Amino acid sequence: MADTLQFDLVSPERSLASMQVSEVQIPGSDGDMTAMADHAPTITTLRPGVLKVSGPAGDAEYVVTGGFAEIGDGGISVLAERAIAKVDMDQATLKGMLDAATDAFAKAQDAKSEGVDDAAKALADVVAIGDALGISVN
Amino acid sequence: MANLKDLKNRIESVKNTRKITKAMQMVAAAKLRRAQEAAEQSRPYTERFNAVMAGLAASVGGSDSAPKLLSGSGKDDVHLLVIMTSERGLCGGFNTNIAKKARAHADSLLANGKTVKILTVGKKGRESLKRDFGQYYVGHVDLSDVKRLGYSNAQDIASDVLTRFDAEEFDVATLFYAKFQNVVTQIPTAQQIIPAAFEAEEGAEAATLYDYEPSEEAILADLLPRGVATAIFSALLENAASEQGSRMSAMDNATRNAGDMIDKLTIQYNRSRQAVITNELIEIISGAEAL
Repeated sequence: MADTLQFDLVSPERSLASMQVSEVQIPGSDGDMTAMADHAPTITTLRPGVLKVSGPAGDAEYVVTGGFAEIGDGGISVLAERAIAKVDMDQATLKGMLDAATDAFAKAQDAKSEGVDDAAKALADVVAIGDALGISVN
Repeated sequence: MANLKDLKNRIESVKNTRKITKAMQMVAAAKLRRAQEAAEQSRPYTERFNAVMAGLAASVGGSDSAPKLLSGSGKDDVHLLVIMTSERGLCGGFNTNIAKKARAHADSLLANGKTVKILTVGKKGRESLKRDFGQYYVGHVDLSDVKRLGYSNAQDIASDVLTRFDAEEFDVATLFYAKFQNVVTQIPTAQQIIPAAFEAEEGAEAATLYDYEPSEEAILADLLPRGVATAIFSALLENAASEQGSRMSAMDNATRNAGDMIDKLTIQYNRSRQAVITNELIEIISGAEAL
């Protein structure tokens, strides 16, 4: 059995998970990364995506949006503005996220602001979440 | 005798009032528990967030390229006061205390020749400051329909504040809310959110050297707006707990006062009833003696 590390997933409204895990796959804004015990201390921002953890207590998946992950000596803390366990994720929630992202994209396009690329990326990320979870909005 | 009937009515009405205040106290107690739980649950997030931000701000803050949200707009002329109060009254000195704090702050700013803009959250504070500061109001957030405070409420307020900041409508933003100490003590607090001030923790935090992905600056730029939302969210939660705590103790006092009043009125009622009886007896006896 590989070494384990402490993993905490917190959102502003509550703490979703706090457990010993062997690896965590984090949807970082520059790409996914998998962190295991003794990973170099890193801070990365999150893109909307699926966070996967596996450990002695079993595997779990969470949908996270916005925030950051801190990999430190004491373990991994993921601070997500919104975090939903995969089992709680449903079509309506995804649709809400998709609509919000679509709106933001449309607004950015209208305003011709610098945020167009970011908004497009966020929209694509949300679509990718749906694909990853096998949930279709239509 | 009319006086007796009046007293009886009075006692009844005070008893009804006591029932209401008692019920309000119990409702406030239940809500307080929920509000405290919510505040408790958000604490890990806020603490970790602030710790990381403090580290980041310390390493990037000094440079010229630091984001405006951290370093400020370079001016100190226009102040935005975000005043958070409750939507309902009957909660003791809660709203008054926050309003008083905000008023003092606004007065000192005005005396120094600064421009003041006020964004109110919650109806009560808006009403009580309207007379003196009504002309400075720039907006209002109504939370009266919100059953359960969520992060999205804070995000809405934050995006409103950030849009104004981006449009250079103000230079400094300060939050006014009451920090929850315990049921009897709520401390009205002023917290500056823009430019952001993070209390750096001593020692441990600075020791770890992190890799940053993407760059430190990019992370900071991404997280600072979220920091505003986080600060507003925790202020909202503290405020909600304070409001219920304040209401609970106010209603507890009111219930006790009503009890005292009932005792006093009952004694008065009994005395005057006795006086009436005595009077009647005297009349009968003196009538009998006269025969």
